Amino acid sequence: MKGTNLGEFEELVLLTIAALVNDAYSVAICDELEKNTGRAAKLGVVHAVLNRLEEKGLVKSKLGEATNTRGGKRKRYYAVTNAGKAALLKVKEVRDNLWSMIPGMTLKNI
Amino acid sequence: MTVNNPKPPRLAEKFLSWYCKPNLLEDLQGDLNEYFNRNVKTKGARQAKLIYIIDVLKFMRLYTIRKPEFVNTLINWIMLGSYVKTSGRNIMRNKLFSFINIAGLSVSLLVGMLLIGLLNDIHSYDQFHEKKNYIYRVISNYQYLDQVDEQWYASSAPKAGQLIKESVPGVQDAALFHSWANNDLKTGDKVIPLQGHWANEALFNVFTFPLVQGNATTALKEPFSLVLTEDAAIKVFGTTDAINKTITMGEHEYTITGVAKNLPEFSHIKFEMLVSLSTRPVTEKEQYEKYELSWDNMWQGYTYLLLAPDTDLTTLQQNLDNLAVEQNKTIKNAKITLTLQPLNDIALSPQMNNSFGTTMNIKDVWIAGVLAIIVIISACFNYTNLSIARALKRAREIGVRKSIGATKRQVFSQFMVESVLIALAGLVIASVLFVLIKPFFLSIDSSVQSMIKLNLSLVSVLYFIALTLATGLLAGFLPAVFFTRIEAIKVLRSGMDLKLFKNLNMRKVLIVSQFTVSLAFIAATVIGYKQYKHFVSFDLGFATDNIINVKLQGNKPELIRKEFESIPEIEMISQSKVTAGIGYYYGGSMKYKNPLDSSHINHNTIDANYIPLHRHKLIAGKNFNPAKRDEPSSKTIGEAIVSENILDHFKIGDENRESAIGEIILLNRKEYAIVGVIENYHYGRADGDKNKVVLMHSETSASNLNLKINSTDWLATMNKIEAAWKKVDQVHPVEALFYTDQLKDNFNGLLAMLKVIGFIAFLAISIASLGLLGMVVFTTETRLKEISIRKVMGANTLQLTYLISKSFLVLLAIATAIALPATYYFFTEKFLVTMKNHLPVSVTDLVIGAMAMAVLALVMISTQTLKAARKNPAEVLKSE
Repeated sequence: MKGTNLGEFEELVLLTIAALVNDAYSVAICDELEKNTGRAAKLGVVHAVLNRLEEKGLVKSKLGEATNTRGGKRKRYYAVTNAGKAALLKVKEVRDNLWSMIPGMTLKNI
Repeated sequence: MTVNNPKPPRLAEKFLSWYCKPNLLEDLQGDLNEYFNRNVKTKGARQAKLIYIIDVLKFMRLYTIRKPEFVNTLINWIMLGSYVKTSGRNIMRNKLFSFINIAGLSVSLLVGMLLIGLLNDIHSYDQFHEKKNYIYRVISNYQYLDQVDEQWYASSAPKAGQLIKESVPGVQDAALFHSWANNDLKTGDKVIPLQGHWANEALFNVFTFPLVQGNATTALKEPFSLVLTEDAAIKVFGTTDAINKTITMGEHEYTITGVAKNLPEFSHIKFEMLVSLSTRPVTEKEQYEKYELSWDNMWQGYTYLLLAPDTDLTTLQQNLDNLAVEQNKTIKNAKITLTLQPLNDIALSPQMNNSFGTTMNIKDVWIAGVLAIIVIISACFNYTNLSIARALKRAREIGVRKSIGATKRQVFSQFMVESVLIALAGLVIASVLFVLIKPFFLSIDSSVQSMIKLNLSLVSVLYFIALTLATGLLAGFLPAVFFTRIEAIKVLRSGMDLKLFKNLNMRKVLIVSQFTVSLAFIAATVIGYKQYKHFVSFDLGFATDNIINVKLQGNKPELIRKEFESIPEIEMISQSKVTAGIGYYYGGSMKYKNPLDSSHINHNTIDANYIPLHRHKLIAGKNFNPAKRDEPSSKTIGEAIVSENILDHFKIGDENRESAIGEIILLNRKEYAIVGVIENYHYGRADGDKNKVVLMHSETSASNLNLKINSTDWLATMNKIEAAWKKVDQVHPVEALFYTDQLKDNFNGLLAMLKVIGFIAFLAISIASLGLLGMVVFTTETRLKEISIRKVMGANTLQLTYLISKSFLVLLAIATAIALPATYYFFTEKFLVTMKNHLPVSVTDLVIGAMAMAVLALVMISTQTLKAARKNPAEVLKSE
């Protein structure tokens, strides 16, 4: 399977899905991303990333119940799969490893 | 929710659901809706809508776009075979209707093919020049005092070309021509007349005319250099290996400095030889120094600029304007402006004075295009009309197809396929017609023949096929829409209660418009032909009958005259510089006592026989004295005979014309005494005003001989003239033309237009008549039972014929009522106003055309209806 590596934005989206637990659908993910990173998350971009993550098998999705806030259209809820969780853990591990290699003082006085 | 809650734009929504994969669609729509609602609150409805549209477009990504569904395509392909089969059967079953449709479409395709061939040829012009996109021609506008002339001159002053090259930034090079260097080349005892131009050495840099021999950069640099084309070299020397050979032309010896490849067919610049422009200051010393380098000598020079690739045309135009303002100070009474015309636009350019090479008027091509489209649409009307009329018979087929699962799209494509098939059949016939008609089309006018070839190329064939497909789709569109709307249940339950004739009004409109156009074409042809006849036999104010004009082609008049005098059929010979009435002009400026009033007049130089031979009416004074054979030198006062309107314009003398005799006028800075006054006449063309003319006297110099003939055997006389000519000049073939033929040739442009319109009129009538025939046949077929019953009840043949014909006659009457006034208006208010002395449009001409059309239509209607009315009712009714 090609590209199981996570890009930076993909990682953020995946983390957000995990953080939102049962409320992870596209618009909510966008809002959450904007809140946490402070940068504008475009719906089109997020959508493409969600699609890609699903192709990679890192998230799965199912349609929710219809509401009338969205013109009667159902929401698509995303959840992190086991593969997704593994990928996240792997990334964290890599980072932790690298952090631990940095001698204590180098980054303290910025 | 409130009622006026803003909704997302519908078109964008539809677009989204069209392109988006179904499994992604709902979620995406929801997201966009949510954002939309949010934006409505924060940014307002208008902006929210805009954002929605932008987002829909932004979501068009590879992963959202629906892939074409393979299964459907496969089904469509399989069904295509079925469509072709049913269409084929249908075409065979209704032979008359198929014939009408195929014939109409093939005729209209033929017209389209001719137009495509024409455009294709024109667009191939000048495409072989490597730097074609950077070559521009300088064109000029000449304004005398405050007489604004809208038309541009293709020519420009050689001085302008030089100045532009020297001073305007962005101009890399300027190729200069001086037109008409036609001359006889003498080598040994051979004399060969060749056509060509003077040109400067930049020519081979700007244009791509490759040299087989010689150095392109220097070939036209030195005086007395000559470049020949391969063909010309073979004509003169018998070989293309002609470099450095010498040849005599006029009184000088020239060296061949280059041999150019023969010109491509589609080059607007045409020549057999080029003479170096630097020759002119030597050979034409006097004229050159006095006149040729002045700013207002813009009549014979042509300038083509080679621009640097990134030149800004607006700044360049400003530079040209500034240059013109500066230079206009050096001339009196006139203002010249310059502009640029791209090389690619020259072959098809607006009407220009002094046009150079072979070009075609863009207006004529537009007219031809509009006419072609009218004919094509007319044939499509037929198809639409007949197909819908026959819907009754096909409705059941569609009903069955629909009930076993055909979608609307499939029914639609079935009928499109059918019409395209018929159009393709039309293409086959049209191609045969195209080959047959090509020579006739090319011979419509000599200018058409020299301009286009109509040879087939891959591109033109592709365009033909594209045209056919487009025509097929256009013709089939309305029937296809009509059939997709048929409701299966209704048709299958009972075919007869179908409301198929809802479209009756539309069909009536189609028939009326077809006949309106046909009638207008007929009327236009009749009126135009009358005008043509009127102009070619117009009384120009002098006699032209039994006169043959012979061009002297550089020979001494007295030599030729001596030979002609021995021919007994020639009663009288006169000579002149210009032949009047055929659109050639010699102009000059004339002054009388008031030195400020200088006016443009036309002049001619004639001998003493000219006025009696042409039976000009001498009102006062006397004719020139033939004994005075000396040319007036610059010191003596010359003699002049003037037309009456000269006297009126300059207020020479009083009411009594005799009082003007002896007055001195100044023409081109030379003094002339008026010795005679003649009645006004048409010096230029029959469709212009009577010009102000001054006739000057010379017994020795002339360009034409006018022979007054008294003969019954014209052919023998012509042969004698030719033999006499041969005694003096063996090189040039004699150019002897009847004056009346020359006057006719003068209106060849009008005649060519009439031929085209006549041809189109014929096609339009054929198509409209075929359509009408189809409709009449159809109506009589469907009403056969009604007719039979009426007959049984006691109606006679006449009554029945009237009953069926009535509705068609009403349509024809409406078409006539629209077409005739429209044509009348067009001719009296638009077309003829530009032609002076035209014949008033007579109502009878209009009616003649309408009558012809009505008779044709009546014959068709009555034969069909009579046939139906005569049928034995027992035969028809027994089958029920």
